[in-house]
Amino acid sequence: MTAGGPGADRDTRRGRDRPPRVRSGRPPWILVLPALAGAAFLVLPFAGLLIRAPWSTMGERVTEPEVLAALWLSLSTATAATLVSLLLGVPLAWLLARTDFPGRRVLRAVVTVPLVIPPVVGGVALLLVLGRNGLLGRYLDTWFGITIPFTPAAVVLAQVFVAMPFLVISVEGALRGADRRYEEAAATLGASRATVFTRVTLPMVLPGIGAGAVLCWARALGEFGATITFAGNFPGTTQTMPLAVYMAMQRDPEAAIVLSLVLLLVSLAVLATLRERWVNT
Amino acid sequence: MGPDGAARTPPARPPALDAELRLSRGGFSLDVALEAAQGEILALLGPNGAGKSSVLRALAGLAPLTGGHVRVDGRDETTTPVERRPIGMVFQDYLLFEHMSALDNVAFGPRCQGATRAAARERAAGLLAHMGLSDHAGARPRNLSGGQAQRVALARALAVRPRLLLLDEPMAALDASTRIDVRGRLRRLLEEFDGATVLVTHDPLDAMVLADRIAVVEDGRVVQQGPPAEVARRPRTPYVARLVGLNLFRGRAEGTTVLLGPRGDADGARVEVGGAHRGEVLVAFPPRAVALYPRHPHGSPRNVWRLTVDGVERFGDQVRVHLAGQLSLAADVSPAALAELGLEQGSEVWAGVKAAEVECYPG
Repeated sequence: MTAGGPGADRDTRRGRDRPPRVRSGRPPWILVLPALAGAAFLVLPFAGLLIRAPWSTMGERVTEPEVLAALWLSLSTATAATLVSLLLGVPLAWLLARTDFPGRRVLRAVVTVPLVIPPVVGGVALLLVLGRNGLLGRYLDTWFGITIPFTPAAVVLAQVFVAMPFLVISVEGALRGADRRYEEAAATLGASRATVFTRVTLPMVLPGIGAGAVLCWARALGEFGATITFAGNFPGTTQTMPLAVYMAMQRDPEAAIVLSLVLLLVSLAVLATLRERWVNT
Repeated sequence: MGPDGAARTPPARPPALDAELRLSRGGFSLDVALEAAQGEILALLGPNGAGKSSVLRALAGLAPLTGGHVRVDGRDETTTPVERRPIGMVFQDYLLFEHMSALDNVAFGPRCQGATRAAARERAAGLLAHMGLSDHAGARPRNLSGGQAQRVALARALAVRPRLLLLDEPMAALDASTRIDVRGRLRRLLEEFDGATVLVTHDPLDAMVLADRIAVVEDGRVVQQGPPAEVARRPRTPYVARLVGLNLFRGRAEGTTVLLGPRGDADGARVEVGGAHRGEVLVAFPPRAVALYPRHPHGSPRNVWRLTVDGVERFGDQVRVHLAGQLSLAADVSPAALAELGLEQGSEVWAGVKAAEVECYPG
């Protein structure tokens, strides 16, 4: 092996040692054509971004303070929203998957509503509840002097609202798929339900939680409608990358392209790193 | 141990396990009463779906009862939640926690019971050493062999100092080549446990080797209970007879003659037995006690029936001949005898059994 080197190795593999394979006819064009068209439709827009990007001025444009501020705000709020979602969403998923109480099915349906309503509706709803004159916001304002709308906190809340259901659904699925006999085994060893959850269930569904968190983060990063309605569009405090892209498109399309590329790159980088660790496909 | 022992100590020591379990699930109902003494190993033997595992789950508190009680060492545990029952359970497939080392698996129970991390690990290490697994303390469960995983699971169950040990099909996950060793080792480890042990198996050999007493469960009921030798010699149902490899018939005895039937495929046949009996009886004899003849045999007080060959199969170094007619039975003969008799499907043959070879007992 060492004497022959990698070349010899490759030769044997390519040569007569290759196992005979049954030929399975050509894929039918009725499937191949739409598949190729679909793939092209998904890939071409990105190609357009790359082709039209102002590569010569890219360096200075990317490091402009507004771009960096929007990028930082997006990354930090999306991460904060994911953390909040984990903190609230994992227990919620456990409740839905592992307990039985009246109204559980209704709760499950309600929890998934933000998946299907337009995010802007979510923003309006948040404003009605947590706005200065909202149902709860009124008291937050008069009693504690806390105003949520049009602050970075509002950005996070808007993102949690639209993104947490992804996490809940994903974790609930993982919990339902996990072998409950391990939890029973832990119970026979004297573990309370809380101990069973932290020491046995959580390690078992960690991949599911990871996948859910990635989905949740990606959804939070791209959040637009609820954010602009509930948190507004103030550069530096509530203008996230998607909002910045939209605003730039109105006055300076080249800037929009740059911002889009940055957002694309960051998303891909994060998803690629996390995917290897968490999501098995 | 037995009833005499209990009678000698005036305030009779309660049995280690006294359970009456009733539960129903869909069309299946279970109604089982079990008792086991300190240090006794009770095997629940039965076909798949008979309710053996349900019994174990009910004892552990994992399946809700619709009626009955569970008493361990005289204390009522019927409504005690699973995590506070004085039980240790070895599950089918062992269910070792994959994300923990063997040592942490065993230390899990003591930790849950409030032991410090150091104390829990010390106890776990001691148990693993006792099971000959010190070298594997740091191993992940997936790197253990079947027999090793079984001992880790047993150590994990014993680590909580249970009063009742439950084992669900402890041998099912093992391949045939390792079974003999593992079974013997398990037997020795179980003998050291001072509480009651209930183990579930569908393999009669496991039950015979591992248990002090066998309870045969069929269709949610205990149909026979007794020491392994007794169950093996005097089966009470066709299922048990098949498991232990005996021909079994039900009938009415008048002196040394048993008239088979009234139900079943042995209607009207007579069997001569060694001793005198009266009333409903069961008769059993092993296939190897059956001799086959081409013509009606002469002499010796035998049971002789003219039967038809219903099937022939290999059975170890013998050939098992299934016979039908006045009664259905199996006979084991040597391949040479089979060739000499020229038997094949549908052949007529005379089958004989000595009266002394027939076990007869009240039904």
